[in-house]
Amino acid sequence: MIAFLIKRLMHAVLVMFVISVLAFAIQDNLGDPVQQMVGQSVPESEREAIRERLGLNDSFLVQYVRFAKNAVQGDFGDSYFYREPALEVIARHLPATLELVFAATLIIVIFSVPIGVYSAIKPRSPLSRLFMGASIIGISIPVFLTAILLIQIFSIGITITLFPESTSWGAWLNGLLSTEGNMPSFGRGYNLVHVVGHWDTNLATWNGLQHLVLPAVSLASIMLPLFIRLIRAEMMEVLQSEYVKYARAKGISMRRVYFVHALKNTMLPVITVGGVQIGTMVAYTILTETVFQWPGMGLMFLDAINRADIPLIVTYLMIVGVIFVVTNTIVDLIYGFVNPTVKLTGKPA
Amino acid sequence: MTFKKTLLASVIGAAVVGTTMLPMTASAETLRIGYSADPETLDIHEQLSGGMLRLSHLAFDPLVRWTKDFQFEPRLATEWEQVDETTTRMTLREGVTFHSGNEFTAKDVVWTIERLKESPDYRAIFEPVASAAAVDDYTVEITTTEPYPLLLNLATYIFPMDSEFYTGETEDGNEKAEIVKAGNSFASRNVSGTGPFIVTDRRQGVRVDFERFEDYWDTESEGNVSKIVLTPIAENASRVAALLSGGVDFIDAVPPNDLDRVREADNASLVEVDGTRIIGFQMNEERVEAFQDARVRQAVDLAINQEGIADRLMRGFATPAGQFSPEGYSGHNPDLVPRYDVERAKALMAEAGYEEGFSVDMIAPNNRYVNDAQIAQAVANMLAQININVNLRTMPLAQYWPEYDTRESDMAMIGWHADTEDTANFFQYLSFCIDEETGVGQYNYGSYCNEEIDALVTAADSETDLEKRNEMLSEAEAMLYEDVGYITLHWQNLAYGAANGIEIEPVVNALDFPYLGDLVINR
Repeated sequence: MIAFLIKRLMHAVLVMFVISVLAFAIQDNLGDPVQQMVGQSVPESEREAIRERLGLNDSFLVQYVRFAKNAVQGDFGDSYFYREPALEVIARHLPATLELVFAATLIIVIFSVPIGVYSAIKPRSPLSRLFMGASIIGISIPVFLTAILLIQIFSIGITITLFPESTSWGAWLNGLLSTEGNMPSFGRGYNLVHVVGHWDTNLATWNGLQHLVLPAVSLASIMLPLFIRLIRAEMMEVLQSEYVKYARAKGISMRRVYFVHALKNTMLPVITVGGVQIGTMVAYTILTETVFQWPGMGLMFLDAINRADIPLIVTYLMIVGVIFVVTNTIVDLIYGFVNPTVKLTGKPA
Repeated sequence: MTFKKTLLASVIGAAVVGTTMLPMTASAETLRIGYSADPETLDIHEQLSGGMLRLSHLAFDPLVRWTKDFQFEPRLATEWEQVDETTTRMTLREGVTFHSGNEFTAKDVVWTIERLKESPDYRAIFEPVASAAAVDDYTVEITTTEPYPLLLNLATYIFPMDSEFYTGETEDGNEKAEIVKAGNSFASRNVSGTGPFIVTDRRQGVRVDFERFEDYWDTESEGNVSKIVLTPIAENASRVAALLSGGVDFIDAVPPNDLDRVREADNASLVEVDGTRIIGFQMNEERVEAFQDARVRQAVDLAINQEGIADRLMRGFATPAGQFSPEGYSGHNPDLVPRYDVERAKALMAEAGYEEGFSVDMIAPNNRYVNDAQIAQAVANMLAQININVNLRTMPLAQYWPEYDTRESDMAMIGWHADTEDTANFFQYLSFCIDEETGVGQYNYGSYCNEEIDALVTAADSETDLEKRNEMLSEAEAMLYEDVGYITLHWQNLAYGAANGIEIEPVVNALDFPYLGDLVINR
């Protein structure tokens, strides 16, 4: 176990190193940060002076060595835009993103397990077919569009006048299908509760939760169908296996067979995929946070790219690399607990 | 079957949550703003940008400010007079206090002008100003190196800062007054101005909070906004959605595609203002020999349908232009209008010996101006009619300007807003013969050079008889129109969206910094 963790720690360091070299190598293509810091009419000589002061004129090697020297001491440089250490900026934006990812994960778990299991048990029922059809649509619609649709329906509201308003059933149907809106469409709201350090939470107040719902649903929308289908497929396979047949023959109640014996084995591959997907979800937050102006790391990163805020971009990429390593490590650990036949260090049992 | 029930219940539950949320309520005088960008810093001299000028008008007051029709309105300066050719004496308003409680006097104005002359962004603009001196507590004299007709234009940029507040050293031994680009200076985190609003909290990129300054000098202002919450919402669709859903009360930069949506909304209205930013193209004469021929340049201009672009592509959200300066600017020449004529363009190409046409590269940004990439595409198609094949490349802002600076393409798009709100500024940056020493022609992509025009504009810039100056500049516009040193497309309009009851129309202007201190809310 200790050996395994140490190995993973080395992985993380290696990942950070490779990412930092790559990020530094592409920085010339990210644009000129000075361009964003001055007015358009500022003469070239002033720009040159700023470039010199920021050390942008030095060669790649000089810049990288300077960065690496500071980075091993935990100083990743100052963001040009925020005028603060890049690590500090990321630490401030991280809680918002983690809460969003947490809420989306919660939605995925709550919905994907029952729906997946149900459509595996009753593959031919109309409801299962509906779920499968809907999941295909859900997987195909880009997050961006889902988010805009959610905002239109739940924040702005839609008025349906498809049915004759003069008849009572028409008016009732119109009313049923129309929405009033009023859901917050951007930001985290103004009623955040401070927890600790940089962490202000949305989860503690009704208003905060309201702000969280739409972004979390749209972030979940891309993964939810994937997990429903995955769980369904795994479950169906498990239901064909010998031990399930044996359990049935033995007369164990169907509920117990489904939810205790079959589900446990279904979840193994789901956990593996899930761990990787949580990392991917951090990437998807860039889109979701942009549409909802959610002040997390994704929005911050997109702004940083637009502003060619190189120290922040490099640090963000390195942190995301670490997040991937950490989630993968946790997944492997959990996997070990769920399935004791798997050995972490790869040595024979 | 119980499982099915719980599932159904949870789906219904989610739907109910979605529709029964209570509306957000706000007290009548709070203004929630959704701007496309928030101020980059709190130091108003650190960066010259639209966002910073908006902040300046909230937390500070200028000596004078522009009215809707480009006249000067007294603010902290109440009167001004020309003492001699190079000296202007300004009388300052009495009884004005800074947010810190310090009293506003002439020394603050002198201090601010001196600081402006230190600022990388403002230094060039304030070059003509030689010095400023306090005559007494409420009189200040500003001296220019040469007779300079635009001193009042510059005075719109002088937002007196609290010299006492910004003098001294911080705990870690830095000068409080220092201007540090992208650095952590005292002035970038602390504000004391005379303006209608105090900055109470600021989280960069997330929100800025303002509260009305209780001792604000302008008691005649009818403005009743007591609190402002500014949230930057960069994404166009999200900003419009925030307004329509009632999440914010006021947004800027409504995109052309959403103009009708905001116009027709029940709970909001659209306010459009003719803008002053010229959008156009430059032809690189260094790289394309044909562009050195005035007839070819004219042909290019004639082949472009400015009206069509403004009408269809911009959906009326632009004013077609035949010159640099918009209506209202001194130097605007009403005779110079777009002259779309493909037949004549073809004839000119033939006359110049380019009937067969040629190929050019073109670059344009794709996230800087409204519909920039689409405009470039349209222009490329229009040029195909006169056999000029355009190979267009568009790129994001951060990459565009470095690319532009290399001058390695044949045509380039650029928009320009004159910092001085004056015609001469366009010429000096966009069409003057390039001079590395003085820095003129900094954005003359095509190396266009017409010394006659340059001489006329330069003469106009030291002409203090404004009537005469106006004539000289409009003559220069006519000459450039004839010689086609720059292809003008249109002036990009400004569009704001405001919730019902926010009387935004009287406080917005072509300069894109709304005077929110005077904003009246009637809900």
